[in-house]
Amino acid sequence: MAPVIQLDHVWKTYRTADVELHAVRDVSLRIERGEFVAIMGSSGSGKSTMMNILGCLDRPSQGHYFLDGQDVSTLDRDGLADIRNQKIGFVFQGFNLLTRTSAAENVELTMMYARQSLGTKEMRRRALEALEMVGLSQRADHHPNQLSGGQQQRVAIARALVNKPALLLADEPTGNLDTKTSVEIMEVFQTLNDQGITIVMVTHEHDISQYNKRCLVMRDGIVRSDAPVEGRLMASEQRKALASGGVL
Amino acid sequence: MTPLATFNLALRALQRNKMRSTLTMLGIVIGVGAVVAMVGIGNGAKSQVEAQIATLGQNVILIFPGSFATSGVQSGSGGAGTLKLEDAKAIEEEVPDVLAVSPGTRISSQLGYGNQNWATSVSGESPEYFEIRQWEIVAGAGFTEQDVRSAAKVAVIGATVERQLFGEEDAVGQIMRVRNVPFQVIGILKAKGTSVMGSDQDDVVIVPYTTVMKRLSGTTNLRMISVQCASEDRTAAVVQNITDLMRQRHRLGPDRENDFMVRSQQEIAEMATATSRVLRLLLGAIASVSLIVGGIGIMNIMLVSVTERTREIGIRIALGAHGADILSQFLIEAVTLSSLGGVLGILIGLGTSTLLSRFAGWPTLTSVDAIVVAFLFSAAVGVFFGLYPAKKAAALDPIDALRYE
Repeated sequence: MAPVIQLDHVWKTYRTADVELHAVRDVSLRIERGEFVAIMGSSGSGKSTMMNILGCLDRPSQGHYFLDGQDVSTLDRDGLADIRNQKIGFVFQGFNLLTRTSAAENVELTMMYARQSLGTKEMRRRALEALEMVGLSQRADHHPNQLSGGQQQRVAIARALVNKPALLLADEPTGNLDTKTSVEIMEVFQTLNDQGITIVMVTHEHDISQYNKRCLVMRDGIVRSDAPVEGRLMASEQRKALASGGVL
Repeated sequence: MTPLATFNLALRALQRNKMRSTLTMLGIVIGVGAVVAMVGIGNGAKSQVEAQIATLGQNVILIFPGSFATSGVQSGSGGAGTLKLEDAKAIEEEVPDVLAVSPGTRISSQLGYGNQNWATSVSGESPEYFEIRQWEIVAGAGFTEQDVRSAAKVAVIGATVERQLFGEEDAVGQIMRVRNVPFQVIGILKAKGTSVMGSDQDDVVIVPYTTVMKRLSGTTNLRMISVQCASEDRTAAVVQNITDLMRQRHRLGPDRENDFMVRSQQEIAEMATATSRVLRLLLGAIASVSLIVGGIGIMNIMLVSVTERTREIGIRIALGAHGADILSQFLIEAVTLSSLGGVLGILIGLGTSTLLSRFAGWPTLTSVDAIVVAFLFSAAVGVFFGLYPAKKAAALDPIDALRYE
């Protein structure tokens, strides 16, 4: 079976008037099905560019990117849009839910842009199913401003999952959340990963990367280290510890 | 995304900013309302003029005396006294496609009946005059060839004269005085209303032309010759033939101007409608300008909306929206705004013209064509002015858009 992500000598170069900036330099990488990978690095390390390429929001300047076995490095704008819709689920730091739109409708948004359209009822059924997976089926009709940060992020995760993508891509998913809520969100990710979903997340918090299975560290556009996480944290245990009054 | 879903999306976006949407629509509402009301008023005025022209009769050609010069002194038009009874007779006999001719002469006179009196004009015409002008006699009868030959003192009166002189009394058979000559009223004309020039056509007394010439004025000069032509498409030829005949009869050399004027009903109609057409064009231009201003308002608001919703657009593109999805979303928003404004404008325009006709007494006539065109035009305004903002939205880069604060 093809790996979920395969990067072959990928470069991303930005050209300004007279300066060439290599945001990503010659990165080759494989991520298999069921992995849970953290990409770490300080700002300017190229991790955001990496994220944009992995998320098909941007194309590599050189090299090839195979997503779920398909070479996506040559697709046009609309082709990339279809790939994002079908194969990638996005979770952002700022949640990026549509305001004044209910949780269920936010989840339905992904299905509305699918090339084969589903009926209204089927979309609602799948949206509720996805919200159920993140434990928010009771809040389907709430608007984002009626939900806490953690709940909003769960809606965003449900939205990312609803088209059953090959890859869940999270960009600083706990960046706007307090410790307790962060642990809860990481528990959601770990549960989803246990169900076989491949997850890649970008974070600059070392603590958060400890919940993952594998950790890449980037610096100056190259992958400096790539190693399994030792002494992996389990979010469910952490949450119990917090609930009984402990401090992490 | 299905078109229906896109339309729903646009409606909801507009509902979210009710005040803004309403104000934006207002420009189109006023523009379309103005167009519909203007067209209603213009059409009403036009059909009124046309109705007035129809009161002239059918395929009528009128000949008036022109100016003539004696030793370099020009008389005014109509002052020539160049139109003679013989001209009328010659036209009737020599010009083909002429159905009827009435030599017309006229004097002003004070009428008297009992202790009532009324100043009006007394026209002398032939019996065919009523046929030429399609003028029905509602009571009594018209005069005859016999009356013309004997210069009978009989009169057919218009509705205004009847009302002023006889009031509730039955006028037919009564004797009235015209310049102190007793005349018997033998018929009453159907009311025709105002003429194209604005005068009251019913304020008239019509008697045989011989009676005016012999008993009232003593002159055989004609004020006008009315001719009825066989059909509308023969009119131009008949006008030409009459002109040639008259020039020949009046012995006008090739270097001399006509000392008479020939006007067909079509020419009179064209002159009368020319002013109202100019007016309608002007009003239409003003209304179009307000539509364009309304369109610019829509464009402005759509540009603001695209900027405000940059992040939303970023999210949609990240989740898999094609450029076309975003384009149609914003385009449909703009078109919905403008066509909703168009519908409201049509209603307001119809209301305005109804009010104007009811309370100001203006004749208005609303046409379905104008309404359909106004609606389509307002929708087109939405497409035209919505396209640029929508294109701008569709071309956004998702990475930048998602980062936009």
